[in-house]
Amino acid sequence: MKILVAVKRVVDYNVKVRLKPDGSDVDIAGAKMGINPFDENAIEEALRLKERGHVSEVVAVTLGMAACQDVLRHALAMGADRAILVETDVLLQPLGIARLLKAVVEREQPDLIILGKQAIDDDAGQTGQMLAALLGVGQGTFISAVDVHEGEVHVTREVDGGTETLALRLPAVVTADLRLNEPRYVKLPNLMMAKKKPIQTYQAVDFGIDASPHLKQLTVANPPTRKPGIKLDSVQELVEKLRTEKKVIG
Amino acid sequence: MSVLILAEHDGHTLKQATYRAVTAAQHWQLPVHVLVAGHTTAAIAQEAAAIQGVAQVIQVDAAVLAHPLAEDIADLLVRAGGDHTVILAAHTAFGKNVLPRVAALLDVAMLSDVVTIVGPKTYVRPIYAGSIYATVESIDALQVLTIRASSFAAASVSPGNAAPIVMMDVSTTTAHVRWLGQVHNVSERPELASARVVVSGGRSLGSAEKFQVVLAPLAEKLDAALGATRAAVDAGFAPNDIQVGQTGTVVAPELYIAVGISGAVQHTAGMKDSKVIVAINHDADAAIFQVSDYYLVADLFETVPALTEALG
Ligand SMILES: Cc1cc2nc3c(=O)[nH]c(=O)nc-3n(C[C@H](O)[C@H](O)[C@H](O)COP(=O)(O)OP(=O)(O)OC[C@H]3O[C@@H](n4cnc5c(N)ncnc54)[C@H](O)[C@@H]3O)c2cc1C
Repeated sequence: MKILVAVKRVVDYNVKVRLKPDGSDVDIAGAKMGINPFDENAIEEALRLKERGHVSEVVAVTLGMAACQDVLRHALAMGADRAILVETDVLLQPLGIARLLKAVVEREQPDLIILGKQAIDDDAGQTGQMLAALLGVGQGTFISAVDVHEGEVHVTREVDGGTETLALRLPAVVTADLRLNEPRYVKLPNLMMAKKKPIQTYQAVDFGIDASPHLKQLTVANPPTRKPGIKLDSVQELVEKLRTEKKVIG
Repeated sequence: MSVLILAEHDGHTLKQATYRAVTAAQHWQLPVHVLVAGHTTAAIAQEAAAIQGVAQVIQVDAAVLAHPLAEDIADLLVRAGGDHTVILAAHTAFGKNVLPRVAALLDVAMLSDVVTIVGPKTYVRPIYAGSIYATVESIDALQVLTIRASSFAAASVSPGNAAPIVMMDVSTTTAHVRWLGQVHNVSERPELASARVVVSGGRSLGSAEKFQVVLAPLAEKLDAALGATRAAVDAGFAPNDIQVGQTGTVVAPELYIAVGISGAVQHTAGMKDSKVIVAINHDADAAIFQVSDYYLVADLFETVPALTEALG
């Protein structure tokens, strides 16, 4: 079985993202970039399935500018066998990404496609479901466990109120939650080795697919801030405040 | 021209998030239709028909929908979607699973976790773990979106309102997916997403047992739901479905009590719209204090029982 893992290059989760002075967009020039955390879980799971003998090949794919190669190097250093970059300078949004990924899936014919459940920059959480729809296959979102069976995978999904287990006939699309696994650390020698592995590059325009954005960002702003908190000295004082000032307890 | 809402229910009653979606749907000033899909949904359809502002209920009742799959629900929405201008659901695990699939089937973009509807195609939604709010406009004729339930008030029930209920069939069901089972976390506490008070604990509670022993009595006294940080969930102290934050549930209760929580943005993304926030942390510089109304710099193992006691 062959697994395709889609990964995204995002601003590191520790970076406090600033706004451009004119409020037109975020200012991420020079910000530390890295692989989307959920996508790291996706690669890790593909590698574990390979180590358990279910998988012959793990292919990582990303879409965007040439700079996005660094997250593919990360995936290769973790242990992915090959990597694909679909190069474009079009502003990519989930629907456009899903359309391009569909073209990659048609070329690669993977049995299982794993994505992160959301990217921590746009927090959309749409691409996996959209890809499954466009491919006309089943989806297992927000998964915290996956098992391979004859012609299908069984996944545990994190849902409101608990968990749910589904059997998905292959090919299928699944999206990783953080609790799926603990991604391995990338060791320096592996990173050096990954530099030598080839990255296959496609030009998105050659796919002849419309991946142009449907959403226009008008402005960005800081969310409403809260007033600085008041330090209290005792629980009695707290109860008093909540009861008489805020009236949120009886 | 109408707005179609995907209702969410537990097999018996509608989730409160659906009432909030009905409020959000009023922004278009178009008739609001509600799709209720499931097994033995007659009472739920009637409940939806009585919500103020609902013009029609589309009821789909079939045994195969007892455990609804995204593939089947998405197909129903596409079929029912016909002349709708907007397809909308709450940004819950259910809505997040289904609506992107619907958007792709209909070849339109989707907006996730909308907190404000500015105009018929313009929205505000959080990005970067809620640290930034983006105003976004869609170019599509059909709008598909999930709304953040806590940003909209719940529509009221008007017993006088009895919107017509029309039935729709299930045509085909997916051959790609089989439902195998579920584990329902039983809790005596109110549902996290809609509770009036939430008591949340972090990794500092130290064990699943202490999480319960320390926090449950306080939650019980306040009739509060329990919440947790990702660190507490990952450590196995609390079940996954009570994680609050960027990648868990977003809550905005009247009162949120954060116990032994550092205040990482990924956590505060899920609670900073609460009306009143109280934090208990023994670190005088804890970031959680910056989003709190009141805070105590104190040991949680002494303070929480004392607070429970002081509430009488
Ligand atoms: C992609 C991504 C997504 C994430 N999503 C989420 C999310 O949805 N929700 C979420 O919560 N986190 C999320 N996180 C994790 C987040 O970054 C933090 O790591 C997490 O919230 C920290 O949890 P904590 O406050 O329990 O633990 P810590 O950060 O370890 O803080 C423990 C706190 O307890 C205090 N403390 C210790 N002992 C005591 C005591 N005896 N009395 C009083 N105070 C005490 C300490 O001073 C400290 O402030 C995410 C992270 C990533 C990378």
